[in-house]
Amino acid sequence: MYREETQATQEHGAGKPPGERRPTAGWWRRNQRAYTPYLFLLPFFSIYCVFMLYPILDALRLSFFEAGGFGTPEFIGLGNYRQLLEDPRYLKALENTTIYTLASIFILSPIALILAVTIRSFVVPWATFKSFYRLTFFLPFITSLVVVALMFNVVFDPNYGLLNAFLTSIGLPQLGWLRSPDLALPSVIMVGIWTYVGINSLYFLAGLQNIPDELHEAAAVDGAGRVKTFFYVTLPLLKPVILFVVVQATIFSYQLFELPFLLTGGGPSDATLTLAIYLYETGFRQFDRGYASAIGYSMALIAIAIAATQLYLYRRLER
Amino acid sequence: MSHKLRTRFWQVLGNAFLLFAVFLTVMPYIYMVTSSFKPGSELFSIPVRIFPESLYLGNYELLLRETDFVRWFLNSVFVSAARTALSIVISIMAGYAFAKFAFRFKGVLFVLVIAMLTLPIYVLIVPLYTMMITFGWTDTYIALILPVAAQAIGVFLARQYLLSIPDEMLDAARIDGAGEWTVFWRIILPLSKPVIAVLGILFFTTTWNDFVWPLVVLTESRMFTVSLGLPTLLGPYSQEYGAILAGSFLSTLPIAAVFLVMQRRFVEAITAGAIKG
Repeated sequence: MYREETQATQEHGAGKPPGERRPTAGWWRRNQRAYTPYLFLLPFFSIYCVFMLYPILDALRLSFFEAGGFGTPEFIGLGNYRQLLEDPRYLKALENTTIYTLASIFILSPIALILAVTIRSFVVPWATFKSFYRLTFFLPFITSLVVVALMFNVVFDPNYGLLNAFLTSIGLPQLGWLRSPDLALPSVIMVGIWTYVGINSLYFLAGLQNIPDELHEAAAVDGAGRVKTFFYVTLPLLKPVILFVVVQATIFSYQLFELPFLLTGGGPSDATLTLAIYLYETGFRQFDRGYASAIGYSMALIAIAIAATQLYLYRRLER
Repeated sequence: MSHKLRTRFWQVLGNAFLLFAVFLTVMPYIYMVTSSFKPGSELFSIPVRIFPESLYLGNYELLLRETDFVRWFLNSVFVSAARTALSIVISIMAGYAFAKFAFRFKGVLFVLVIAMLTLPIYVLIVPLYTMMITFGWTDTYIALILPVAAQAIGVFLARQYLLSIPDEMLDAARIDGAGEWTVFWRIILPLSKPVIAVLGILFFTTTWNDFVWPLVVLTESRMFTVSLGLPTLLGPYSQEYGAILAGSFLSTLPIAAVFLVMQRRFVEAITAGAIKG
């Protein structure tokens, strides 16, 4: 502390009588430790407060107002939320999004786990193969969803698409895919699986690598077969990662927007309408800001509920 | 002997399964690249062929000469670079404060950051858009850069990394008379290179690929980013599939280049949230 002071005198007082030193300099020298953290937080929290916190609170306020068009908003209490529960389009969007989420949990995640376990197992003993598989499965995740959608638009094209060409070549009838009300949602789910299965298998792989080999060897010594080892040793140890993957998949599935928006625009006849697309249509096409904010808050509530469940389950896992 | 044979059998089967998955993953990319070199007559021919008969460059000519693609590409480069730089600086600064200082309200402020990790952007997008109109920021670069620069994941990862730097190192510098800013600039930043690389990859990729926010704040074609511009080529009056695929291919190149150069860091960056979270 003493040395600091002398240096301050040298720096600021060089060639000047002591009285002419900036009065704040000494004060700053003495107090900077206390104020520094706030100054370092300032840029982040300025942007955070203006562009996130304020809009979030504003949306909460708006969700209690009838705020369509350019007229003065009118307070209607929980009116927007009550209307959501009776809105067939909202319920359809909720249903579609939930189906997509269930597919993420019960189709996508198991496939990802199987891929990861296969890569990690004795089946692929060669390091170059391992990293080749890893890198390939990583690709779709870093590709823009716009590019993914544009590619699959061509793949799913009823007349000239790869998929129907394949069906024809094995003698099956062609299908409408994205244009058919029954197949549109399954098609979007297929694209979703294609996009996200790789990254989730990498999450599982990271989890598998944290399980020490000795445990498997010990199980083998005890006479457990590979299948038994997997179910009684690997799977229980993988629980935290499984929980993470499922929670991530659930949270992001409920926010699904780009793929259906670009592949089908939510159609045909709302077959692929999601919560986010419905919010976008309400807020930015019909300019009903109050109702759109209510949809947004319903999505936030879903995310919070999932996060809370995750926290609860983590606590139980740790015990 | 039979044991060895059985191992071989499973190896063949397992790798066949994995290679089939690789095939499914790679096929759309191959189709995208090869089709971008096909004239319209070949693109829409039956039976469907994967490889073009000859290397046709018309789609690229159309894309580069008659659409705003070049402008979109440059917009994306500028916006992604600026937003990445800004996000990195404020993330490291905030992460440093959380990692290395004790101060009042630290816990509350950190919870405020973490709360943003799971909250969907859709909650705030409508009022945020209204705000952009009030500021007169629609169709500007600043709207694409500033409002989305505060990324909670960045603060979280920076804090996580900086926790591992020993306090003694910073205190030694302070005893030598270094001010707090000097400590940050001369010691923290140089030591943060690995986490800066991770954040750089993470922010650049997400900004480059972002679709929702540009869709909301941009209406003029000359301000579009690549992600927003490409689908507009698929309008009701123009079905330039070839040009769209060419544009998709070109727009994937920058990310693919970064990926090839820094594979390990890239995987680390994208899976960072999972392993550390």
